[in-house]
Amino acid sequence: MVIVINLHSLKRHKLRFGVPIPSAILTLVLGMLLVLGGLWIGQNINLLPVDASANAPIYDELFRVLFSIGTILFVGIVGLIVFSLVRFRRRPGQLGDGLALEGNLPLEVFWTAVPAIVVLFVGLYSYDIYERMGGMVPLGHGDHGSETMVDQRIWGGIGSTQDSQTATTVGIAPLPIEVTAMQFAFLFHYPDGDIISGEMHVPVDRPVSLKMEAKDVIHAFWIPEFRLKQDVIPGQPTVLDFTPTRTGNYSIVCAELCGPYHGGMRSSVVVDSADDFDSWLQSNRKIPAAEA
Amino acid sequence: MTITAPQKTAPTSPSLQPEGWLRYLSFSVDHKVIGIQYLVCGFAFYLIGGAMAGAIRTELLSPVSDFMARDVYNQILTLHGTVMIFLWIVPVVNGAFGNYLIPFYVGARDMAYPRLNAVAFWLIPPAGLMLISSYFITGAAQSGWTAYPPLSITTPATGQIIWILSVLLLGGSSIFGGINFIATILKLRRPGLKLMQLPMYCWAMLGTSILVVLSTPVLAGTLIMLSFDIVAHTGFFNPGMGGNVVVYQHLFWFYSHPAVYIMVLPAFGLVSEILPVHCRKPLFGYTTMVYSIMAIVGLGLVVWAHHMFTSGTPPWMRLFFTIATAFIAVPTGIKFFNWLATLWGGRISLNSAVLFSCGFIVNFVLGGITGVALAQVPFDVHVHDTYFVVAHFHYIVYGGSVFVIFASIYHWYPKITGRMLDEHLGRLHFLLTFVGFNLCFAPQHWLGLNGMPRRGAEYDPQFQLVNQISSAGALLMAISTLPFLWNVIASAFYGAIAGDNPWRALTPEWLTSSPPPVENWKGEPPLVTHPYGYGTPANEIDLNSASGSDLWRGGQ
Repeated sequence: MVIVINLHSLKRHKLRFGVPIPSAILTLVLGMLLVLGGLWIGQNINLLPVDASANAPIYDELFRVLFSIGTILFVGIVGLIVFSLVRFRRRPGQLGDGLALEGNLPLEVFWTAVPAIVVLFVGLYSYDIYERMGGMVPLGHGDHGSETMVDQRIWGGIGSTQDSQTATTVGIAPLPIEVTAMQFAFLFHYPDGDIISGEMHVPVDRPVSLKMEAKDVIHAFWIPEFRLKQDVIPGQPTVLDFTPTRTGNYSIVCAELCGPYHGGMRSSVVVDSADDFDSWLQSNRKIPAAEA
Repeated sequence: MTITAPQKTAPTSPSLQPEGWLRYLSFSVDHKVIGIQYLVCGFAFYLIGGAMAGAIRTELLSPVSDFMARDVYNQILTLHGTVMIFLWIVPVVNGAFGNYLIPFYVGARDMAYPRLNAVAFWLIPPAGLMLISSYFITGAAQSGWTAYPPLSITTPATGQIIWILSVLLLGGSSIFGGINFIATILKLRRPGLKLMQLPMYCWAMLGTSILVVLSTPVLAGTLIMLSFDIVAHTGFFNPGMGGNVVVYQHLFWFYSHPAVYIMVLPAFGLVSEILPVHCRKPLFGYTTMVYSIMAIVGLGLVVWAHHMFTSGTPPWMRLFFTIATAFIAVPTGIKFFNWLATLWGGRISLNSAVLFSCGFIVNFVLGGITGVALAQVPFDVHVHDTYFVVAHFHYIVYGGSVFVIFASIYHWYPKITGRMLDEHLGRLHFLLTFVGFNLCFAPQHWLGLNGMPRRGAEYDPQFQLVNQISSAGALLMAISTLPFLWNVIASAFYGAIAGDNPWRALTPEWLTSSPPPVENWKGEPPLVTHPYGYGTPANEIDLNSASGSDLWRGGQ
């Protein structure tokens, strides 16, 4: 028998079926509907731009999990509030107080434990995601440990690898690019070929290793389609590694307030096929072509 | 401005204090006068900060910079953040309601240090006026409310120095207030009143004041060092002179993350006072609420680096701060479930105070969920410094604290003025604010996820439509203040007479006249050991016919 669940019709059920539906069953069914609905929303509503780097699908996986959990919690709590406000509102002529209920220890232990477990799960899961993105790789302490004395500490963002420890994608050597951020532009220097460009060109499916430095104030290097961001800090080089996976033209956005033209500090990254990238590299070799 | 003076003052009132409305412009040491001074002054700055928000949303109607010059845009966004945090939310949730309510709640006739209290308030108007006037005189600071060096060192120095001076004054005011609250709550309790019998707002203010006293001096020291870098060309944070810009971020966020709790913990306390009265139920889980507040205070001090996941932070630090931050969700969650349980089975009056409180719960839950997501490093590296973060913290400080400020004004206005606010206007105010707020900020989550960074006057044209929706929401929010303003001004003169205790509440501020006399009570302060003793069995005292004062007088 299919029971139509209606929040406001507890009494009607009692009349129609002769016996009250036990509230435990109602709660269970509602909870299951809530969880299924949350999972469906988390999996099927896409709020993110296209994914164009190796770690973007990993990020999107984390996003969908967080979105599902968030939806379940939010809808559940809002549902409870709306239900309480409607069901327990003071009706005209009612004068008395509510239940003199000061607490319920098992209930409180329950809703301390459940969020703690959820948070622990989310933390462990995001740690796993972080590791898969290469975030836990030591930041060049292997070969740069001694250089800390000469102020050459390398700090980095996700996917940072100074050593080849995280050569995730087969055995291809990463493409090194030096990024200089200044008010209000990014400059890209390719040591291989000594090319300076105002636009970043990278080949698809090859790891890229950025070494970034700022000339004046703090900037941030962000490619939304790559799900990556790293501050570019004056006096302190930072690194960022990624592997583009989808050809196309994507925006590079400065995400740290850097002055009046901060909103206009943008560049673009062109993800080429390997052949197109090689021809771009050849045609620009030794000719410093700084584009705006 | 919205306050009518009591018709007759107690004959024993100290004559050294000014009488009548002039009290509110004087160096009064009466905690109620100071509370109202904080509230009205804070609201004036809220209107100024809101006008700035309007200017920002107007600029963002189009993807190009066409409404104001780019450097003016940065000045406005800096002032908007600074005014809203340091001149509106912090002074009002702490100073205004803290000063008005805490002495009542502990059964005292005033704060522990009444003169320090007045000094703390009177630091605020000059600091605020100095900050705002810097815009007209020299140009205001342009480096955001975070004032990260080297940007804050390289932008025009005068505006930045004035910004530092006024934040130092406001921080000093906050510290004075914090010391005063700690002393009052711990040392001025009426004999016989135990700590675990205090209304929850006392615990919230105790926790908040501990945070204020521990972390605000760090901000003060940091800003003094920054001002040396600007004026005396020292090199604390100047990379050109061997300084380190990331150290500034650590020091800044060591205050500014706890500052979030300084803005929301008192709001949690205020909601805990409002809900039981209008639900006619005891506050659910008093003891766990107290421990959650203290847990939030402790954890709140060790999460600051989650603002710096994309700066230069080593992996272990990212991991530690992820876990610490995510765990704040647990004590916060306890409080929210306790409020839900307080609503459950109550006899809820659906008035403006309750609507704003429930609006707060809805908004804050969303802000909390995005907060747990932002605590995860891999999630944060994409959306850090984007409109996702803008949406998140507006859900916390506007959807959270500001909604509670409005709820509190609807709840305590009858006590402060002796007259009721108009309920229809109050509900209209709630509806406009709730719809406008969500229309303004919910779409910004999407903007951030899809590539719009914070703090830019220009943006990618693909985001124009969503920005226009957001601006429409901001317009609704601006309009929503009109019924509120009309309500508080008109009701002060023409509102229905409230009586001593219109909500039949049990907390001590209602057990005196409205407005209360100088020194709060004629005769002994009441001993309220069960501030949430609603829903008592009918055979004891009939709460329908008895007023709160009958309870503590024993029905005489």
